[in-house]
Amino acid sequence: MKKYTIFCLGFLFSAITFAQELEAIVEKDTTQLEEVILIGERKLSNYRQEKTLSSIDEYLEKSNKITMIRRGNYAWEPALNNMDSQRLVVTIDGMQIFGACTDKMDPITSYVDVSNLDKVSVDSGQEGTENGHCVGGGIDLQMPQSKFNGTGFKSSADLGYETNGNYRIAGLEVEYVGDKFYANVDGIFRKSDNYDAGGHEEVLYSQFQKYNVSFQGGYKLSDNHILDANIIYDKATNVGYPALPMDVSLAEALIGSLSHTYKNDSTRIKSWESKLYFNTITHIMDDSQRPDVAIRMDMPGWSDTYGFYSKVILKENKHDMLVNLSGFYNRSLAEMTMYPNDSNQPAMFMYTWPDIQTYYTGIYAKDAYSLDEGKTLSGSARLGFHNNTIASDVGLESLQIFYPGLNDSKNRFLMSLSADYEIKKDNYDVTFVAGYGERAPSVSEGYGFFLYNSYDNYDYIGNPNLKNEKALEANVAANYYKNKFMIGFETSYFYLTDYIIGEIDPSLNAMTIGANGVKVYQSLAHASIFDIYVNSTYHISDAFSVNGTLGYNYGKGSNDENLPFIKPFSYLAEINYSREFFNAAIQLNGNGNQTQYGSFYGENETPSFAILNLNLGNMFYLKQNKMILKYGIENILDTNYTTFSDWNSIPNPGRNFYMNVSYVIN
Amino acid sequence: MKLKYILPVLFIALLSTACSSDDDNNDTVPEINEVDGLTMVQEIENSNHTIELYNNSGYFYTGYNDVSIRIKDNTTDTFYEDFTISWMPMMQMPMMQHSCPNSAIAKVPGKDTVYQGNIIYQMTNTDGSGWSLTLNYTIDNVDYSVTDTITVMQYENQNVTSFTGSDNVKYVLALLEPTAPKIGINTMKVGLYKMESMMSFPAVEDFTVTLDPRMPGMGNHTSPNNTDLTYSSVNENYQGNLSLTMTGYWVLNLELMDAMDNILKGEAVTEENTQSSLYLELEF
Repeated sequence: MKKYTIFCLGFLFSAITFAQELEAIVEKDTTQLEEVILIGERKLSNYRQEKTLSSIDEYLEKSNKITMIRRGNYAWEPALNNMDSQRLVVTIDGMQIFGACTDKMDPITSYVDVSNLDKVSVDSGQEGTENGHCVGGGIDLQMPQSKFNGTGFKSSADLGYETNGNYRIAGLEVEYVGDKFYANVDGIFRKSDNYDAGGHEEVLYSQFQKYNVSFQGGYKLSDNHILDANIIYDKATNVGYPALPMDVSLAEALIGSLSHTYKNDSTRIKSWESKLYFNTITHIMDDSQRPDVAIRMDMPGWSDTYGFYSKVILKENKHDMLVNLSGFYNRSLAEMTMYPNDSNQPAMFMYTWPDIQTYYTGIYAKDAYSLDEGKTLSGSARLGFHNNTIASDVGLESLQIFYPGLNDSKNRFLMSLSADYEIKKDNYDVTFVAGYGERAPSVSEGYGFFLYNSYDNYDYIGNPNLKNEKALEANVAANYYKNKFMIGFETSYFYLTDYIIGEIDPSLNAMTIGANGVKVYQSLAHASIFDIYVNSTYHISDAFSVNGTLGYNYGKGSNDENLPFIKPFSYLAEINYSREFFNAAIQLNGNGNQTQYGSFYGENETPSFAILNLNLGNMFYLKQNKMILKYGIENILDTNYTTFSDWNSIPNPGRNFYMNVSYVIN
Repeated sequence: MKLKYILPVLFIALLSTACSSDDDNNDTVPEINEVDGLTMVQEIENSNHTIELYNNSGYFYTGYNDVSIRIKDNTTDTFYEDFTISWMPMMQMPMMQHSCPNSAIAKVPGKDTVYQGNIIYQMTNTDGSGWSLTLNYTIDNVDYSVTDTITVMQYENQNVTSFTGSDNVKYVLALLEPTAPKIGINTMKVGLYKMESMMSFPAVEDFTVTLDPRMPGMGNHTSPNNTDLTYSSVNENYQGNLSLTMTGYWVLNLELMDAMDNILKGEAVTEENTQSSLYLELEF
């Protein structure tokens, strides 16, 4: 172990030296193919962010490129460019955090709430590697920036109710902002019963309850130096997963960080932020609510992460640079205890994640260079050293059943590169991106031990000898503006080599009762994923606008089989009416028939659907205070439908009347 | 270098040095008692000597029993360091009596007073009665003998089985290892003995025992990378690899094949036939 520590240290110091040699800068801020989703804005926004108290999941779902994999009514798993969590880097304000569930029941987006966040930054492909290695892209859940503008006390209260599932939400926030000091405390509580799918069909085990409290505070040491501290505690209990054979009795996270920021407008170094952080997650799966199970079991999991990053933003002449040095340590442990129906037999125990420790250290650098008017060329690179160690002897010996002679430690070097060229003119803009990236297998892919997947009904065994998955990508986006009309498109193509996916090993025998067999994670020689979205907007008048989006996605492996979870043809059309104190929008949202489904991977054909939503908003001023009312009807026609990303085709919620009230006291 | 440059480096150094582990090795205390860690099963006395029988549990169970032996001089209360000893376990049945497979007894390497051998009790009465043990030993060229009844408890799992093969020979097959099973690949050892007569159970050489471990509590789940058990002439037993994917109750389904690969006992496990007629059990 010491060996790695020293190695990491050496790597870091050399990286720092390297970072300080790169002295080149610029002025113009360029962010390509980045989508920013504003969270919980207590404003009247038109378009699709209709609810103040939407869950993070609902906010993310509004993004073009993100689809949410639903296993229930809570803790949806985001997928970007048709690639899900292990192919993405999902971070909270740059902090690495990993779910503790072997069955992906706790994507990290489930451990924060709208009250914690300011915005979500979504970067496609290699543009998203600032916080880690990925092939699909990066999602960074960003917390509010520290502020010292002396506005004093401010508080707000939010209440929400939705008829479908008798869903209740309450939130409270108190903030003090001084000249040298600020503090913000907030809490939110959500509770829902089972929801009804279209046609009043109750979806059993779809209930959930959660609360989240957070504290954020900062102190201004001097004009240029700021210290910030942040802590989030999130606890969900009694969460049902109708698509899965088990529920969750507890999903708990404690997320904390301490950071120092240096800011100066008059020097080359515009800002330098260094953060130390930790997070600890406990996740307990539970089947006690289910009347009929083949065997009773407990499946707890834990994930602890400690890390840091140090990020410098430099500007000089035409260069605009960012260097981010980061490292983390994660420990993932999960176990399973099964209780035989014959009570004379002893309980059966195994490690499903056999105490896997991950050490990572790496550096990211990005430079944007302004050519002429409106043209920018930029490049970024990330280099990293990644080590996995199986810390438990029992775990190592478990895996040695499948891989005799397996070593307890595995090192990987990871690299990611991207270049883009952007042209911005008055009536059009175009961006071209090319990138290459690598990722290490996730803990489940590398070290999972009999992880049951209810989607294809196979047990999965990790493969510690997997090669890094690699992706070559090209991305083009263009927008054209004429008078009140805008049309644009965005398309990405990913050519993935050593694409990691489970393959049936007929020599292995399933562990889970009733499973079809065992799949072992293997590398498919290559796979291609393509997506294209066309957006257009037309402003009929100041108040009226219409917009629409069409999307098409495609994914195939070198075995000539369709990849699973590839979004079928999709469309969205919206009419907006927007005034200062009132807005209204009606949306039509649908998918075409999923003809290219991954039957080889256990996927079914999902039929087409279309739903209609209506949302309205009012704003009132009561002296200095402000009240915002958002209300509407989702799935007006009470359609009973399921989408390609609904795990085991669970139906979506039927008609739902909702209302959110926010009251802001200045 | 100002504070702003040093601070991040400090952070990093702090974090990097925080994770290191120490390897502690607290090694053994010097031995005082030669039977330290063992539990006495029984003392068998005659006028001159007391013979002490030890093993790990303090009880005899059906199946394989490792037995440690000391002989005490009743007058001096000291233990003999040099003697020869053999034994004859005997089961008294209503109509007849028989013995069971047992090894020769030899001095434990590195010890002065402790001798060791093993006995495989293939059966017992429900109350543990029926067995007696005769010990014949020689000290300073004088022969002695003691006999006493012993209690042999029925082990909770089937760790020994006696059967008649398709060659009409009676066999005893016993699980020797693993004694402490683990999740992972275990070395499995079984003893196979032929019942030549009521009193003689020589080890059988050069047969093969196929292995298919199953968990009946998990829909007859099996594990990969098990190997057939083959004869080791050095250890005079059969050895192979046993993979156990989890703790719990396992049935080790076996098939016994002679040197010509004729199946003498046992059947393959299939959907219809969930268990072989030749099997051992394991629980941990």
